[in-house]
Amino acid sequence: MESCPSIKNILLLDSEGNRVAVKYYSDEWPNNSVKEAFEKSLFSKTQKTNARTEAEIAMFESHIIVYKFVQDLHFFVTGAENENELILVTVLQGFFDAVGLLLRGTVDKKEALENLDLILLCLDEIVDGGIILETDANVIAGKVASHSIDAAAPLSEQTISQALATAREHLARSLLK
Amino acid sequence: MAQPFLKKDDDHDDEADYSPFLGIEKGAVLQEARVFNDHQLDPRRCSQVITKLLYLLNQGETFTKVEATEVFFAVTKLFQSRDLGLRRMVYVIIKELSPSADEVIIVTSSLMKDMTSKTDMYRANAIRVLCRITDGTLLTQIERYLKQAIVDKNPVVASAALVSGIHLLQTNPEIVKRWSNEVQEAVQSRAALVQFHALALLHQIRQNDRLAVNKLVSSLTKGSVRSPLAQCLLIRYTSQVIRESASNTQTGDRPFYDFLEGCLRHKAEMVIFEAARAITELNGVTSRELTPAITVLQLFLSSTKPVLRFAAVRTLNKVAMTHPIAVTNCNIDMESLISDQNRSIATLAITTLLKTGNEFSVDRLMKQITTFMSDIADEFKIVVIEAIRSLCLKFPLKHRSLMNFLSNIIREEGGFEYKKAIVDSIVILIRDIPEAKESGLLHLCEFIEDCEFTYLSTQILHFLGIEGPKTSDPSKYIRYIYNRVHLENATVRAGAVSTLAKFGAMVDSLKPRIFVLLRRCLFDTDDEVRDRATLYLNTLGADGAVVETGEDVKEFLFGSLDIPLVNLERSLKNYEPSEESFDINSVPKEVKIQPLAEKKAPGKKPTGLGGPPPGPPSTIDAYEKLLLSIPEFANFGKLFKSSAPVELTEAETEYAVNVVKHIFDGHVVFQYNCTNTIPEQLLENVTVIVDASEAEEFAEVASKPLRSLPYDSPGQTFVAFEKPEGVPAVGKFSNMLRFIVKEVDPSTGEAEDDGVEDEYQLEELEVVAADYMLKVGVSNFRNAWESMGPDCERVDEYGLGPRENLAEAVNAVINLLGMQPCEGTEVVPSNSRSHTCLLSGVYIGNVKVLVRLQFGIDGPKDVAMKLAVRSEDEAVSDVIHEIVASG
Repeated sequence: MESCPSIKNILLLDSEGNRVAVKYYSDEWPNNSVKEAFEKSLFSKTQKTNARTEAEIAMFESHIIVYKFVQDLHFFVTGAENENELILVTVLQGFFDAVGLLLRGTVDKKEALENLDLILLCLDEIVDGGIILETDANVIAGKVASHSIDAAAPLSEQTISQALATAREHLARSLLK
Repeated sequence: MAQPFLKKDDDHDDEADYSPFLGIEKGAVLQEARVFNDHQLDPRRCSQVITKLLYLLNQGETFTKVEATEVFFAVTKLFQSRDLGLRRMVYVIIKELSPSADEVIIVTSSLMKDMTSKTDMYRANAIRVLCRITDGTLLTQIERYLKQAIVDKNPVVASAALVSGIHLLQTNPEIVKRWSNEVQEAVQSRAALVQFHALALLHQIRQNDRLAVNKLVSSLTKGSVRSPLAQCLLIRYTSQVIRESASNTQTGDRPFYDFLEGCLRHKAEMVIFEAARAITELNGVTSRELTPAITVLQLFLSSTKPVLRFAAVRTLNKVAMTHPIAVTNCNIDMESLISDQNRSIATLAITTLLKTGNEFSVDRLMKQITTFMSDIADEFKIVVIEAIRSLCLKFPLKHRSLMNFLSNIIREEGGFEYKKAIVDSIVILIRDIPEAKESGLLHLCEFIEDCEFTYLSTQILHFLGIEGPKTSDPSKYIRYIYNRVHLENATVRAGAVSTLAKFGAMVDSLKPRIFVLLRRCLFDTDDEVRDRATLYLNTLGADGAVVETGEDVKEFLFGSLDIPLVNLERSLKNYEPSEESFDINSVPKEVKIQPLAEKKAPGKKPTGLGGPPPGPPSTIDAYEKLLLSIPEFANFGKLFKSSAPVELTEAETEYAVNVVKHIFDGHVVFQYNCTNTIPEQLLENVTVIVDASEAEEFAEVASKPLRSLPYDSPGQTFVAFEKPEGVPAVGKFSNMLRFIVKEVDPSTGEAEDDGVEDEYQLEELEVVAADYMLKVGVSNFRNAWESMGPDCERVDEYGLGPRENLAEAVNAVINLLGMQPCEGTEVVPSNSRSHTCLLSGVYIGNVKVLVRLQFGIDGPKDVAMKLAVRSEDEAVSDVIHEIVASG
């Protein structure tokens, strides 16, 4: 318990339990099939719960998992059994809200896949090797979105959303063709 | 299921078409990655290809070594581009590809350039990437930049360097430790997360230096830590300091408690909770210290957020194990959680209530649980069953309603683990609460009527065979058992035949009927069933005459094999079919002594508040068998008690020895379990020389040396003493291990021929009064007390002198007497000024003893005790008083 709070994985699954984007920080899951099995059983255990208004929580295979759903997207954050549940839920909320900002409110699987680069960068900005980097959704989204603006430009809300809009449009169009 | 899912399912096909990654193929994407080599880079297109590569990796696709290397080299070309977005993706994919050491060199210079760039985003990310992929050699080159980055005015850069430092500390501690001045400075940073990361790193650098951690905590608890996460860390470090200082400072208030309590008023919930949890986990927390923490947790119980409710109820559940009284205030909130949507919360609430509830609330709780059981998952049901089991052991009077509950749920659907938990619980209740036996056995009978698990059926049949014949009307079980012979698979049928035979052996009046049933089994289709039936018919003497079953037959049916089953299994596997039949006497009887930790393993038993049931009876049976198999000890009579092993050596010495004291009526046998932990030695002719000069009433009569003690293969040597019959003689024995040591060549494993005699001093061993007392519980202490009557009652008062607290005094007396605490009275609520403890036991000579202890704190720390003893023999009552008076 003297240790730093740590995150074991962050999962973003679709409404059938398939991966949209996942990131594991712990070697408890040594290979892909173990990971997939974990995701499948976690998904089937939680899919019937109503985690749409408030984040829900479950104990599962001696992990604590907090999760939240929106549309056809399922967000999960896993921590150790003795972890402070409220720290985990802060990370979850940070991820959830940051994705909401980056996808400009249209949070569903289609949008998420079309902007997968943003989602992956978002994961990269939240946790580094299990250690929480940032939990404030605005800061996370800001860092991710800043990647398409010139470094010299000021980083205000306005420019973030503008930059986001252009980047998203370009990417979506080219990925779709 | 929720509405949106159904809708999605309908247009699922359309949706799939939209996926930008539909039909994506690794080969094609790798081809596409060639654009990285173009002279005129198209940053947007490159970003897309990287996204596709990351998508593949994320879906679990793996790249071969060659593919990964190729992609990696291509990616390094992208450092030419000045596009920020592309660079960001490059950083991510380099981390994902985790290049090998010789590949890292290629990007090092590019990354080092980025590390010194003016762009904050470059600096932060380059640090993270480089520290992730680098090895120690490179680290010294970039150390200067990292130290600068730690105190960089941009918080993102500082955090990146600090977090990288935390990771690097695992692999290159000596380098990271040199940064502590910079890290120290970063702890004072105004940026919340920098402070958090700096604190985490600083603590990890100093974690082995207790004084430094202490200083860190003292200074920070006074100052203001800004980020909630850093505050949580500080709370963790503070409780660590409290824990480590507890042993040093005995006086007055707990240091830093005020800080923890202050955190309960923090504005962030995560800090409040962290502090509340830390307080509940303090060693020997008092109820005064607990109260504020319980109060905030209680508020969380009625939160609208499931996560808060869960966190609170989980913590309170833990508190209820040690301080049930402190949690009772939350009972009303807790009861409303029984119907919580989140089943984890509901289960935790139920089990907490079961721990804090009193005898009167049991019935009401059971009613609520019954409605709730059907819609929770099996693993939660098992938790509930275990809580009910310990509740039943705590309140034996309630066995009827609890047994009813168990019998109701056992009929419902459920998996093996769940059913097994129920069966185990019923069996434990039958064993520990005599009044529950008959109803419990009938419930089990009904269960096997419709049981789909062969393992459980055979276990229950075996248990019925042992317990059934001892009941008032054994005949009523026969029908249930014989039904199995008709309706089950061969394994269960064979088990049922054995059980029938046991009834026949024990109950003479049933014999003729049993013979009829067994004869029918002679026509079974299965070999094993027929064989068993034939065997039992012959051993029970089914030649028409109803004779009393001989002792040897009973021994055959009920006795346990005096051979360890593992040994038998090994011998049978080694046996090759031949003219010579298998000789059971050739199976080695040497018991591999389990390590002590393993013996404690039945931790699955209810350890909560219900008095722990006496150790598995099989242990004492096993000891008895072992001792009787040694001719020197065969005439000592019945084994009265075997103590738990007492260690005679420090941990990790050359030879590990522990001793088990076996008490007979007129003898005491010391069983020394020895382990040789030196691979280069073989010990022979191992004996223990016991000096009994401080144990006047004992005289050594026999000893059994251990012929050889090879490395890491435990063996036993015995020494037997004669003592006055029936007298609880006590004394001190000093022990010396004597043996012949032979050198062993570790490569061949062969020992030299010549050995040297050597001795090894062991610690002293004492036979105390408690060794003559068997821990035997009674289910209803008041009834037992009343029926014992006041004829042989002895009452007296004692001053126990200054004690740390009541719990310590109570434990000391329980250990002194070696008796079984009843009805959970061994648990002393913290801070109480008085306590009553009930004990029961059987004293040597089979004399039942009941003890009622009343404790009170008199003055500041002085404990006074009133001891009332009732037993079947005045002399024994006096002895108990003598034990206490002299202890």
